[in-house]
Amino acid sequence: MAMDALPKLLSSRDWLMADGATGTNLFNMGLSAGEPPEFWNIDKPDNIRTLYRSAVEAGSDIFLTNSFGGNAARLKLHNAQGRVGELNRVAASLGREIADAAGRLVVVAGSVGPTGEIFKPMGNLTHAMAVEIFHEQAEGLKEGGADVLWVETMSAFEEYAAAAEAAALAGMPWCGTMSFDTAGRTMMGITSASMATKVESLPNPPLAFGANCGVGASDLMRTVLGFEAAGTQRPIIAKGNAGIPKYHEGHIHYDGTPALMAEYAVLARDAGVRIIGGCCGTMPEHLKAMRHALETRPRGPVPTVELIQAELGAFSSVSDGTGDTSGDPKRERRGRRS
Amino acid sequence: MADDEIILSELSDDELVLQMHDDLYDGLREEIEEGVNILIARGWAPYDALTKALVAGMTIVGADFRDGILFVPEVLLAANAMKGGMAILKPLLIATGAPRMGKMVIGTVKGDIHDIGKNLVGMMMEGAGFEVRDLGINNSVDKYLNALDEEKPDILGMSALLTTTMPYMKVVIDTMKERGMRDDYIVLVGGAPLNEEFGRAIGADAYCRDAAVAVETAKAFVARKHNRPNV
Repeated sequence: MAMDALPKLLSSRDWLMADGATGTNLFNMGLSAGEPPEFWNIDKPDNIRTLYRSAVEAGSDIFLTNSFGGNAARLKLHNAQGRVGELNRVAASLGREIADAAGRLVVVAGSVGPTGEIFKPMGNLTHAMAVEIFHEQAEGLKEGGADVLWVETMSAFEEYAAAAEAAALAGMPWCGTMSFDTAGRTMMGITSASMATKVESLPNPPLAFGANCGVGASDLMRTVLGFEAAGTQRPIIAKGNAGIPKYHEGHIHYDGTPALMAEYAVLARDAGVRIIGGCCGTMPEHLKAMRHALETRPRGPVPTVELIQAELGAFSSVSDGTGDTSGDPKRERRGRRS
Repeated sequence: MADDEIILSELSDDELVLQMHDDLYDGLREEIEEGVNILIARGWAPYDALTKALVAGMTIVGADFRDGILFVPEVLLAANAMKGGMAILKPLLIATGAPRMGKMVIGTVKGDIHDIGKNLVGMMMEGAGFEVRDLGINNSVDKYLNALDEEKPDILGMSALLTTTMPYMKVVIDTMKERGMRDDYIVLVGGAPLNEEFGRAIGADAYCRDAAVAVETAKAFVARKHNRPNV
């Protein structure tokens, strides 16, 4: 583990390329529906090595470990809550092996996904429980040699903050992204602008923050513009899906082409994004096209929403949800209860 | 602020119903329970209290959720308030033989352990007056089919949040076809990675983008089903 690996890369380069999909790639290698991908760290380590190596060979500077669902809350549903340490440690150590053989500096980022639980008062999750769940996972990833924790696909800021606290407890640097998939906001209603502000209020802000997954590349780029409009100086991460999933003869495939993802990568860089990658549906051929475009295409001006729409396709919703900064319902109130 | 305080029992029926819509919107469970009790005490039919106060209020919540004005936390609070009112009304509705909106069996498919969206659909369906049997997560074909046999619902709802689990919906629908029971049910599917095209490809009746759309779609299909002559 080298805690300074990512800061070193960030300070020496304009942009870094992260990896693409984990699930889509593993599914193509024969992962069956319902099987927790994390089990493959132990049962099919060569497939996980192939996953990591394919990202590195396609030009990724950072790749995420196969540990997205490797927290006790998620593993519990497969009766594997006792395997958190083991599954995360091996996810990271396989990554360490591939990164150290790359011949250049490649960052092993320990993926930390959501618990799938809802916070009190709507749900049952408390801050203390969430911190404990993420801390257990973080220790496993650290032991296996992850350079940085990579919190992703979060919807609730409480959960994001709990993961931040877990990173502090494990003594790990971290990055964290949220998924903006509901009318421009996260499922729990967080806007891009509000995330950009909130990360600065954390006692240990992330090395970089941003958006992943969500609804295609256009929406993700609009979210990026929202971060910047909020005046952030922190490095931004963009990891968008390769289009939307389509069903074809029993298989799911994403409709975003390598050419589209290359265009997205260039627009993201021009918008000032420092870490650019893909999410669901992003395969090695997409990553190769992205890397090539990032290395060969000249830097352009910061893209407008019009340009993003013209190059990457229409947005999924009219607004990005940031206009109404109060977050209050727009409905006329009849009266107030005391 | 005593000046602003509203005493529910002092409001006229019309005022109270509008206030209950507001209170549902704000997720105030105790106020909703109080409101329901007042309506019943004033001699309202339980079915009218359900439809005019609770269902109509949840329709506003659903529309604002669909339009991106409300988000999951607010909807969960509203649904929780609605549940408080429903708990009072349910025995009364049964006792008075009130008309049913319809019944739904809902569950997340095998291999998928996500339930936030599915729970939201269940709550909104209850908010719209439907009876809901929630099968939870990780449901096999057998679990779905057993529940259909037991409950005889109008609607089967399936949810998946993963691209790796969404194809399982087709397994369930294909099995229903094999057993000649597909057309006995309205099959609605939903979940983040799905889309309309996918719903069509696997033979569902409809894909529902979110919980509000699920309710609208369910109502439309049930109305159509009820208008169909018995054969």
